[in-house]
Order: sequence, then structure tokens, then C-alpha cells
Amino acid sequence: MARLIRPRRALSTNPLKSSAPLGAAMAYLGIERGIPLFHGAQGCTAFAMVHMVRHFREAIPLQTTAMNEITTILGGGEQIEEAIANLVKRADPKFIGIASTALTETRGEDIAGELAEIMERRGDFAGLRVVHASTPDFEGALEDGWAKAVTAIIDALVPEIDPMFCDRDMRQVNILPAAYLTPAEIEEVTRMIRAFGLNPIVLPDLSASLDGHLAEDWAGTSLGGTPLDAIPAMARSAVTFAIGESMRGAAELLAERGHMPVQVFPSLTGLKAVDAFVSALMGVAGAADAPPAIRRDRARAQDAMLDSHFFIGGLKYAIAADPDLAYALSSALAGMGAEPVCTVTSSTANPILARLPGETAILGDLGDLEDGARAGGAALLIAHAHGRHAAAATGLPLIRAGFPMNDRLGVQDVCRVGYRGTRAFLFEVANAVLAHPHAPRPEDFGAAPIEREFEHDRPQTAPH
Amino acid sequence: MSDALKSTVQQAFEEPACATNRAKSAAERKKGCSKPLTPGAAAGGCAFDGAKITLQPIVDVAHLVHAPLACEGNGWDNRGSASSGPMLYKTGFTTDMSELDIVMGKGESKLYAAIREIVEKHRPPAVFVYATCVTAMIGDDIEAVCKAATEAFGTPAIPVNVPGYAGSKNLGCKLAGEMMFRHVIGTVEPERTTEYDINLIGDYNLSGELWQVKPLLDRLGIRILGSLAADARYKQVAVMHRARVSMLVCSHALIGLARKLDETWGIPFFEGSFYGISDTSESLRTMCRMLVERGADAGLIDRCEALITEEEAKVRADLEPYRARVAGKRVLLYTGGHKSWSVVSALQELGVEVVGTSVRKATDNDKAKVVEIMGTDAHMYDNMAPREMYATLRASGADILMSGARSQFVALKARVPWIDVNQEKHEPYAGYMGMLDLVRAIDRSVNNPMWADVRRPAPWDEPRPFAGIRPAPRGTCPVSGLTNDPRDFEDC
Repeated sequence: MARLIRPRRALSTNPLKSSAPLGAAMAYLGIERGIPLFHGAQGCTAFAMVHMVRHFREAIPLQTTAMNEITTILGGGEQIEEAIANLVKRADPKFIGIASTALTETRGEDIAGELAEIMERRGDFAGLRVVHASTPDFEGALEDGWAKAVTAIIDALVPEIDPMFCDRDMRQVNILPAAYLTPAEIEEVTRMIRAFGLNPIVLPDLSASLDGHLAEDWAGTSLGGTPLDAIPAMARSAVTFAIGESMRGAAELLAERGHMPVQVFPSLTGLKAVDAFVSALMGVAGAADAPPAIRRDRARAQDAMLDSHFFIGGLKYAIAADPDLAYALSSALAGMGAEPVCTVTSSTANPILARLPGETAILGDLGDLEDGARAGGAALLIAHAHGRHAAAATGLPLIRAGFPMNDRLGVQDVCRVGYRGTRAFLFEVANAVLAHPHAPRPEDFGAAPIEREFEHDRPQTAPH
Repeated sequence: MSDALKSTVQQAFEEPACATNRAKSAAERKKGCSKPLTPGAAAGGCAFDGAKITLQPIVDVAHLVHAPLACEGNGWDNRGSASSGPMLYKTGFTTDMSELDIVMGKGESKLYAAIREIVEKHRPPAVFVYATCVTAMIGDDIEAVCKAATEAFGTPAIPVNVPGYAGSKNLGCKLAGEMMFRHVIGTVEPERTTEYDINLIGDYNLSGELWQVKPLLDRLGIRILGSLAADARYKQVAVMHRARVSMLVCSHALIGLARKLDETWGIPFFEGSFYGISDTSESLRTMCRMLVERGADAGLIDRCEALITEEEAKVRADLEPYRARVAGKRVLLYTGGHKSWSVVSALQELGVEVVGTSVRKATDNDKAKVVEIMGTDAHMYDNMAPREMYATLRASGADILMSGARSQFVALKARVPWIDVNQEKHEPYAGYMGMLDLVRAIDRSVNNPMWADVRRPAPWDEPRPFAGIRPAPRGTCPVSGLTNDPRDFEDC
């Protein structure tokens, strides 16, 4: 169980973290016809947007209140109102999610107050839902911003119901996925839920907006996501499942509104973790058995464990990721006998840190990853795309996981959750090891080389 | 089978140096030592396979298989013999005989052309040409082709006339040694010789096993002059006749070659193994004693004893930390037999319990040794059918199976750890340092938390409290678009 180390130094080398407002914007993009709006300077938005465009390879309708020197001094309320008015005029969104930035939070803006006043005053915004989350860049990482945005959506849009007289839908399940889940992973989770005859409502649902599909028409908003009228209906669900410890706060708020039980699954990668999820689904469905497809998937995951343990057992690796993702992947690897020689993470807000395998976790950057991998004799790196520099410097294979992934296509399709995703992940790790074969040499064992006399003196081509 | 091949095979069976063979009656001896192959219940390679395995570790040679695609195409690049230099041996060369080639009798000309192409492109020290069932059956005379090619291209083309139907894999190994004796050994003289020159015969240097042992030889000043083993060069095969002593490494099959070297060139040989602590020490001891008998400085024996004492103490100290992690684990051993007992005794020293061992290819001598080590013959068995082995393992009759790759999946499907100790393995386990690697591998495998996970009952196999009745699903199915309403199915 890991102890958190905070290096005493001023400098961050090759940052691991993406900022919290970016996480909030990503969450807002999982709402149907939504537009995320940064309350800050133009640059805050531009950097975040380019990051997401490169990651998802989609147009990202991220907008900004474009704070200037004067509004920064006098207050940005008018900027918010103008931004909303312009967005309504140009893109006709049904939902706008505002994320504050370091600039406006340092200034100390009362965004909630301003917003309430604007919405009251502007009758023409009546059909529009506007949500605000406080996400200063200087606090937390991407996964925290995401969690705060989801909490804000629930707070604004889910009504409190009367537990005695509500029309409870016993087959409806709320899913609150953590920021690291890809569209394919959300799809896998909903597939498993549907397999038990249950109906999931996923908030937010990137699998409907950023899964990379060609739309029929141009939209200045998100291309899909959680339907707006499904969000209030979440109060009537039988149960709320959060995936990732960072979503616990949001799940508890939702349960408060809807008076339903909550369960947090810290990870859905690894046989044990998925078993717990399936067991919970069986409980909700009142089923004593699982559908054949799920049973088969489990048997295949078991087989993958057997085939891959030769390569993962005893494997030393170094990982850098936001806490939830770091836990999901490294707990699955710990179950296979792999040993983390260096774990780097980005945020202290998440209590899952204490449960990370390995003795320590560093609150640090990709520079720590590189140093730790070298010092610990790692054979594999796990990090987001910027880990490629550490991989090149150390000559180690890199498994790309997390955000951003700007140098690979198909990041929406990567699935490492559920029985199927576990199987894929184990193969991915084993193959990364196999792709870097170590050809034994005499000097590895301290043996003298063969005498020159015996070598064939004519040139030979060596095709390998 | 041609007469020449028939008599070669017969000679191979008449092996005076082989203890098993000596114990047989004259009639039995004539039948040969390979067990009859049972259609429908055979598992193992053919004679060609054996010949190829024996010779392929010669790393700078081009190995050309004269056959339709299956013989090379289905079998190349699948072994972990390591090379310290040339990689030509890993290149798959075949004449890829087509139907037309066979019908029109184009085999010999195609082979000749193929040898030329290899020599022109790769310029190897030699080309080994392997006959196979089809090309032998249609009567291609590879010996004649090789002779012509050698003269024409100035590079030795060596015929390895061991078609698959000649017999078992073991026979193929023997015949490969015979081919080397006939065509290669003695064709080159070494630049210099010393009193410390040895031949190594039959080690495959899997994942670098040879190099786990070589530092010991280096320290004693012993030189591997000749070699019919892994990481060998063609020249090392050709100069085998000038060594002082031959060591036959874990190989009964090549004993005929060792005997002929002794008879023809006066090179005495001994059988030894580098698996396990005691066997490694014993092999070094014998090697040094025989070298001294052949004229090496008598001080070699003392230096050897000092080395053994030092190395044994070191490996025992290195193994000690693993005792707690492997002690009490029960091992089922399923291998060719004789080569692993020194390993067994080393494991027993660490508290590992050997619950059974196969004696498939073992001689009576070997079996006596099993009884000596295990104390009883109760856990000795000949052949174990996969189903039977699965049942034994599943009933947790053993914590770990050590075997070759064929029984890998029997163990894994029975959710039991498995260690590869045969020729396909990816880790070297030879010499003193190899013993440490093997124990590490056992520890890593048997103590992997994955086993507990994979054996856990599925959620639906655990006892569950009654969860109550749920209302019937409502709405439409997201996949079929049908509702749960019976009226939707009226048309069906």
C-alpha cells in the first residue's frame, strides 16, 4: 500500500498532469448538444482545445469568455452573458457547462451568483441549461476537474425526489464513469449492464459524442452524449454505480437526491475487479446466473491470464497516470505478479492513492518516471503519449494510457475494462514485453567470445 | 529406403557404446532402438526433424531443406538456440517443391540452382542439404547434387540424407552425427591446438545455456575447440578430430559419433550434464581428469576442485533466500527423464518435494537412480495420457509441473503453474547460475498471485442470497429494437 512522496523541489520536468478545467470540459462534452465554456483568457481555451482535438481527432466546440485586461479588473459577469448569448445565436446548444480557470478563480469571481442573476434576467435563455463548476487550474488534475463537473451537473439538474412516492425504475442503473474511461470502455460497461436486462444511464457519456463517428450534419455542439431529459430521471434509478474512486463525491450527491444505494468500483480491470462488478449487476437484476456471453468472456479472460503470466509475472514496470487510471492498471498488473518500481501520479485529492500497489507513489512528473524506471530497472513504461520521450531515452517499450494521446489514432477504441478489456490489456502488456526480445549474449554471463579463428572469413549477410 | 540409407540406419542401431543396446539380445538389437511408432497415438518428430535439430545450431551454415513447403515452412525459426555472431542459421531456406517439380522430375536441378543462389547471395562456409520424404521417394540423388555443387561453387555442400520416414526423431539425431562424421569432421586443420582442447557434442545453447557454463571453462583455461553444439561454427565441426576429450552433453543420441571419434582419432569421451549443481561439478571433474590423462598439466585437477568448491558455496548461498518461498512445493516432473535428476536433487535440497517423475526415455540405470533419489519407485510412471495428467493436477496432486511445451496446456488448463524445462524454453537453466535462474522461475511462477485469482469461483458459482423478484424489462431492446410486448412476436 503506497505511501505518497512529494519531492521537495521547485521544478516540474515534462509534466504528467493535464489541468482540471480541461477535465471539466471533457465531461461537458458528454452531454447531448452541449458546449463547454471556459471562463478565462483565450489561451486557456486554445491550449485545452488543441489538446483534445489531437487526442480525439474531432472538432471540439470548446468556447471561452475571452477575459481581457479590463474585464479581469472589473469582473467578468458581462463576458459570461455575452458568451452565452453568442453561443445560443450561433450553435443553439441545449446545455452549456462553464468551467472556471486559474485566472477567474485567482480574481475571485462569484460565477455562481453572476450566473443565477443572468439566467433570471435573460428570458431568452429559458430553454437552456447552464451549469458551472469551480475548477481552478492550480488545484487537482484532469480527473478532479471531470469529477467536479459531473458533481455540478448533478447538483444543477437532478431534482430531489420523495423516496416514498417516487416511481422507482428497478431496472435502471446510473453509471458515473471516471475521466479515464474511453468511449469503448463506456460501451463495454453498458454492454455488460444490458446483458443483465438493465438499462444504464451514463453521465457523462463520451461513447455517444466522442467515439469518432461521422455525423450527417455539422453541429457547433457536442455530437451526442447523455440526453438532457435522462439526467433528472437518474433520481429514479435503482442504484448508482461509480467507476473510479474520484467519482465517489458525485455518486453520493446523486444518491442524496435519489435516495438509492451507491457502490464505487475503484477499477474494472482485472478478474477480481470485474467479478465484483458482475456480482453487483446480478444483485440488481435479481439474477442467480450470468448470460452466456458474460460467462464466456470470463473464461477467456482467465485463459488470457494463464497465457500472459509467463511474461507479466515478475515484470518490473514504471507507471505515470492520474490516480484512478494508475490504480486500475497497476492493481490488475499486481494481480498478475508484476512489480511497480516507480509509480508517478498527479493529484492528491483521490484516496485511492493509499491503495496503489508498491511501497511509494510520487506526486510528480514524467521526469520522475524516467528516473524511477532507470533506478528500479523497469522493463516497461506505462504513461500517456508524452511518455514517449522517457521511452526513447531509456529504450523501453511504452504502453500508452491516459490523456493526452496525440501521437496515435483510435484512442477511443482502446478498451481495458470488463472481462474483454482485461484480456486485451494483459495481451497488450505481454506483447509489449515480447516485442522487445532480449537476445542473450556471451558477455551477459561473463563468457569469453568465440575465437576469431573459427569465424567464417567471407562476408555473410545477416537478415536479422 | 535406398540400400545405402538402410545400411546407415542399421549401423546406427548397432551402437556398442550404448548401455541399453549392449543389454539387448542380438535379435532385439537388429530391430533397432526406436520404439515402433503407433499410428493415432504418436507424438514427436520424425528423423528429418531430429537431424535438423541436431545440426541447425551450427550458426554460420545455410540449412537448405529439399522438400515441399511443409518440412521447412511449418518448422523454421521456432527454437531458441542462441548465436554469438552469425544469424544465417535462423534463415529458412527450402526448395519449396511444387507439384510440377515433382511430376516433371525437376527436383535435382532445382536443388542445384538453390544451392547456387544461396552461395551467391549469402556466401556461407557451407550449405547443409536436407533430404525429406518426398524428395527421397522420387529418387533425387542429393549426394550427387551436393558433390557437383561443391565442385562448381567452391563451397562445401553437405548432404544430410535423413528423410522423415526413416524413423524417429532420435534416429535422425544419430544419423545427423553420422553425416557430420562422413562429410565434415577432419576436413580442416586448426591453426593451433593445446592440451586443453575439448569437443562439446549435443548442447543446444538454449537462451544462452552454453554461456552460463563457458565462464567456468574459461577460468580453467579449457578451450572449446570442436563443437557439434549450439553457437558452433562450421570450422569447429570440421576440426573436431583434433580435440583431446569429447563431452557428450545430455545426449544419448550422439553417442555413436563420440564413439567413432574415439575409435578413429583416439579422442576419449564422457557423458555429462550441466543441469543441476552436482552434475555440473561432476562434469567439470571428469573433464579435467580426462584432460590430465591426455597430457594436460596435473594442476588442472586442483584448480578444478577449488573452482567447484567456490562456485558450489556461492550458488548455495544465493539459493538460500529462496528456500522459504519454494520449500514444501510439490513438483511433478515430466521430461525425457535422465537429464533432470541432478536438478531434482538440487530442488530437494531446498525442500521442494518431487511427487512424481516420468521415465519415458530412461534406461534401467536411470530408473535405479530415480529409486535412489526418490527412495521408492511408486511415483515413477512411463507415459501419462494428457487426460490422466489433467486429473492428477486438477486434484492438486502437484503445485507445479515441470515439463516440455507439449504438456504446457494440460497444466495451465488445470490451473497449475508450469515451468518449461525442454528445448523450447526461453530461460537458461544450465550450470550453477542456471540453477539459481530455475529456482527464481519456480518462485515467480508458483507464488504468482494470479493463480489464486484464476482459481476463484465465478460470481455465479458462489452462494448468493436471494435477491428478490424484479419487474419485467420495459422499453425496447437497444440491439433488436423489439419491445418486450408479446404482440411484437405475433408474426413469428
